[in-house]
Amino acid sequence: MNPPNWLRAIGRISLWVWAVLGLLFLFAPIFVTVVYSFNEPNGKYNYVWNKFSLAGWSDPFKYPELTDALIFSLKIAVTVTIIATILGTLIGLAMVKYKFRAKGFIGAILILPLTMPEVVLGFSLLTLFVAVNWSRGFVTIIIAQVMFSVSYVATTVRARIRGFDWRLEEASLDLGASPFRTFYKVTLPLIAPGVVAAAMLTFALSLDDFIITYLNSGLENTFPIQIWNMKRSKIPVQINVFSTALLVISIALALLLVVVNNRRSRKLAGLAA
Amino acid sequence: MTAAAAPSRFRRPRRDRGGDDTGVSARRWFTPWLLIAPGGLWLLIFFIIPLFSLGRLSLENGGLSNYSTVISDNSTVIIRTFVYATVSTIAAIIIGYPLAYVIATKGGKYKNLLLALVVLPFFVTYLVRTLSWKILLFDGGPVVSILHSLGILGENQGILGSPFAVVAALTYNFLPFMVLPIYVSLEKLDRRLLDAAADLYSSPARAFRKITLPLSLPGLFAGTLLTFIPAAGDFVNSELLGSERTVMIGNIIEKNFGKEFFRPELSALSFMLMAIILIGVIIYARLLGTEEIA
Repeated sequence: MNPPNWLRAIGRISLWVWAVLGLLFLFAPIFVTVVYSFNEPNGKYNYVWNKFSLAGWSDPFKYPELTDALIFSLKIAVTVTIIATILGTLIGLAMVKYKFRAKGFIGAILILPLTMPEVVLGFSLLTLFVAVNWSRGFVTIIIAQVMFSVSYVATTVRARIRGFDWRLEEASLDLGASPFRTFYKVTLPLIAPGVVAAAMLTFALSLDDFIITYLNSGLENTFPIQIWNMKRSKIPVQINVFSTALLVISIALALLLVVVNNRRSRKLAGLAA
Repeated sequence: MTAAAAPSRFRRPRRDRGGDDTGVSARRWFTPWLLIAPGGLWLLIFFIIPLFSLGRLSLENGGLSNYSTVISDNSTVIIRTFVYATVSTIAAIIIGYPLAYVIATKGGKYKNLLLALVVLPFFVTYLVRTLSWKILLFDGGPVVSILHSLGILGENQGILGSPFAVVAALTYNFLPFMVLPIYVSLEKLDRRLLDAAADLYSSPARAFRKITLPLSLPGLFAGTLLTFIPAAGDFVNSELLGSERTVMIGNIIEKNFGKEFFRPELSALSFMLMAIILIGVIIYARLLGTEEIA
């Protein structure tokens, strides 16, 4: 009834090979992004490998429009992360801690933006801005990005803080702490890992987003929009330099978060012992 | 006490509050709404209302005929869009399911590292990732050279501009969205069920078909939506890697969204894209029988 051992071994090996190929598929473009930051392209487009050079890294700010766009993107990302993390965390808390009618409805509203193509979300928001004659720029980009980020934050926070022991808050209140002090000293430390994870996700989503932002940006250029606008004139190596730098910083931050979380849970385990 | 019905946990000791217990309990039922209000209003004003505004605009200067015009003018593009999205979603399942399966069941202590590798692409912005695909598929680049030496591509043939290039990049860009939900559902799977199946003389293949696959359907469902929906609405991959032969619905919206004159028709086009996807999602949910998700 069971297949012979040699056949099962082949099956197992080919499964592994297939999975490794899948990982390579995911990894290849990232590898290319990094490697091509050391290219010295022959012409204006950094598409074909010419020769190794540190020119891009020694002059990263050669194209002020690209640098400005990156700074603008970072400003947007910080603003969006702050607003969306607060709004989304409040919703996540409400969904986990309270029972109320219409919870299912609110949950559905939160999922809905994730089931729509970005081009529809972006274009419908644009029709609203056009209808009320609102010129596009920094504010409309913030509005658009917070709109889709709130759902991600609420969902992430909700998943991470489910099943917590909220009696800790009651204990704090019973011992005479003010609600504000209770939130600051008890609730916040409890939900912090979930909130930090959601904030990092929002920051990444903000830097990553192109379609919704592009449709509602007016004349302002984020980093991706600037690349989009340059695509017919030049694709300089500095795009790869900035992307590689961001990649390295993100990996470092993610590792830091893992270390901090490990230390925290070890400390908590120590307290419990 | 009426407090039992209102489950607010923020309860101050009565002695601090003096006599306004009624005030406290009156405040309780809307505490969750106070928390939801800011984000909820944001979604109402900038997500729900725009959808109505889009729907209204799609009926301007011609009513429902806008839709028939848009459909007959763009039938090839519409069909192409859904074919590309379907093919790239199927490709993402073929690549993503085994990958998620290996990580979830055989990852061991490397599980988190492997997962980190799956989300690594998100640390490089979408547009740059897609440009790196352009480098990979460029004439004279690694992929084209390999295909030339294998004789799959003719001497002067390239890949850029072809449907293959667009579908490959769509598959790549949304693959992590396929792997992660499948991983989550496989990770939750109770391994003892598989042991029980083996004890009852089920072959591994049969155990997979009867236990693993059905229990991973919610993840597969979520992954399919998260891959298909962005792929169907995309214009970046087609613009950067394709040609006039690969124009998708998103490209038509992208080319014309700045032009006042086209807005009713573009609204009809986006509304239709949304409607087709929603109907597809409902049918798909029914087929898979995952009603709690739909």
